[in-house]
Amino acid sequence: MSKTYGSFNALVDLNLKIEGSKCVGFLGPNGAGKTTALKIFTDLIRASEGQALINGEDAHTRKKAALESVGTLIETPEIYPSLTPREALTMIAEIRGVPRAERKKAVEDAVAQVKMEEWLDKRVGKFSKGMKQRIDVASSLLNDPSILLLDEPSTGLDPRGMSEVRTIVKSLKGKNRLIFMSSHILSEVADVCDEVAMIDHGKLLVYDTLANVTAKFSGDVNVVEVGLLNPVDPTFITASISKIPGIVTAEKMDERNIRIKYSGGLDTQASILSDMLKLNVPVLSYRPAASALEDVYLNLIKETL
Amino acid sequence: MTSDSRGTASTFAQLGTVTKYSFLNYLRARRFLVMVLIVSIINLALTAAVAYTRSAAFLDSTPLGFYGAWWGSFIDISILLTVVFFGGDAISGEFQNKTGYFLAPNPVRRSTLYVGKYLAAFIASTLILVLFLAFTLANGLYYGMGVPTQFAESFLFAWLYLLTALGVTFMFSSLFKTTSISILITVLLFLFVFTVIDELSTILLKIEPWFSITYAEGIIANILTVPFPLHYVAAITSGPGARFSFPTYNATVPEGLEIMAVYLIVCSLLGLLIFERKEFN
Repeated sequence: MSKTYGSFNALVDLNLKIEGSKCVGFLGPNGAGKTTALKIFTDLIRASEGQALINGEDAHTRKKAALESVGTLIETPEIYPSLTPREALTMIAEIRGVPRAERKKAVEDAVAQVKMEEWLDKRVGKFSKGMKQRIDVASSLLNDPSILLLDEPSTGLDPRGMSEVRTIVKSLKGKNRLIFMSSHILSEVADVCDEVAMIDHGKLLVYDTLANVTAKFSGDVNVVEVGLLNPVDPTFITASISKIPGIVTAEKMDERNIRIKYSGGLDTQASILSDMLKLNVPVLSYRPAASALEDVYLNLIKETL
Repeated sequence: MTSDSRGTASTFAQLGTVTKYSFLNYLRARRFLVMVLIVSIINLALTAAVAYTRSAAFLDSTPLGFYGAWWGSFIDISILLTVVFFGGDAISGEFQNKTGYFLAPNPVRRSTLYVGKYLAAFIASTLILVLFLAFTLANGLYYGMGVPTQFAESFLFAWLYLLTALGVTFMFSSLFKTTSISILITVLLFLFVFTVIDELSTILLKIEPWFSITYAEGIIANILTVPFPLHYVAAITSGPGARFSFPTYNATVPEGLEIMAVYLIVCSLLGLLIFERKEFN
């Protein structure tokens, strides 16, 4: 689909098909077209050409059918200031068709997920931006949607709130949900997303798994960060760990973290972990480095608006 | 994008939901209290003035004269204030204040949101109209005035005018994304533009302003006049070497109702169409 405003092309032939149960990170600089695409999917704006289909239903001409199992959070919505979170979320629950008998629990569960229980019956008008954003996140979770369209869900949240949003997204992945999430925070995307789509000047640059994207645009070299339970001897890193098949370099980041560059895909990543465990390396965590995604991002997106 | 799907609420149920919560929002908003205060102040001031002056215009006339002086003289400005308060930014506010971003990206038609908000504004405005009615009736009954059937008709005409004026206001509100502009346009339109058009049409062009809603709302007060004012009156003034004619038009009841009905239908459809096509950007 495409979207133009006069002579400005906000989206240019965006062709993206996402299916299954996973989290897809939607990355791009300011003005790249991320929010424009999400707005078309939620019928807040119309595509100049093409269609946005959700479960085969056109988001514009068949909006009600298209969005019936979709939770959305676009930009930073405001809630009628005189309503309480309970009332505002009950309104959305009613609109989304949550049965009357389940409504109260659905609202309270959603509010509990964003840790706003004690504010449930206070008027929204007195809330901070971060508190409103939490309620907005809660509204997207109502009626247990099978798809979530989230536009920078961590915007306006404090570090704890951002962490909680990541936890929510991870838990949704565990419940076989499809999450399409735009974000500026590369570490967040690297942490929670399985796949990544990058967009710039309205054009889709790449859409693939996180590992493939980093491998493809980093000369087949990926990076993982290994958290350690106990410090290891630097000579052990150079003498043993860096000799594991597939590893290009292994370097100590600090006392309890090692950064490993390796050549290969997910299989190599798994075998390296297995070999390290055989060497009795006290691995506490093992995950793709956000900096690898950052390298790809900066390489692909040379210019921003 | 594909995944599992499940049902959603019916359009009728969604309409009830949007109306209910929009009305709750109106009721709790400061502007509702302000509107109650304005109508109360107008009526309390009238009550005090009539009690103190024992004005013949109110007390030495028939019940129709009393209600015409009280209700007929002040209800139109009260309705105007009410529609500006409850409709002026009803739709534009959804864009400017971003409350539309909370409601619109849900499985609900935009027309449902529009009509729901419209009904909520109409119910809230009706409460203000009823408050005015209560003050009027209380004073009328206190002074021993019976309630003529024409007063009931006048109330119904006022109610229809309220519905129509809200339709016009909602249409202008959906045209703009800035609340102050949509409110200003509504005020200018009802206070000046329609009035000026009425005058220009009648005095200069000497044609009946059948296209003006403020012309149509004249039936609210005129129904309280017996006999009902003539449809066309030409006042002729003669001077040395000159003879001037000042025509006056009064909408008949069927004509007034027709004009209001046309405004209601056209403005509601146009407002809906504009809101359906408007983009949140």
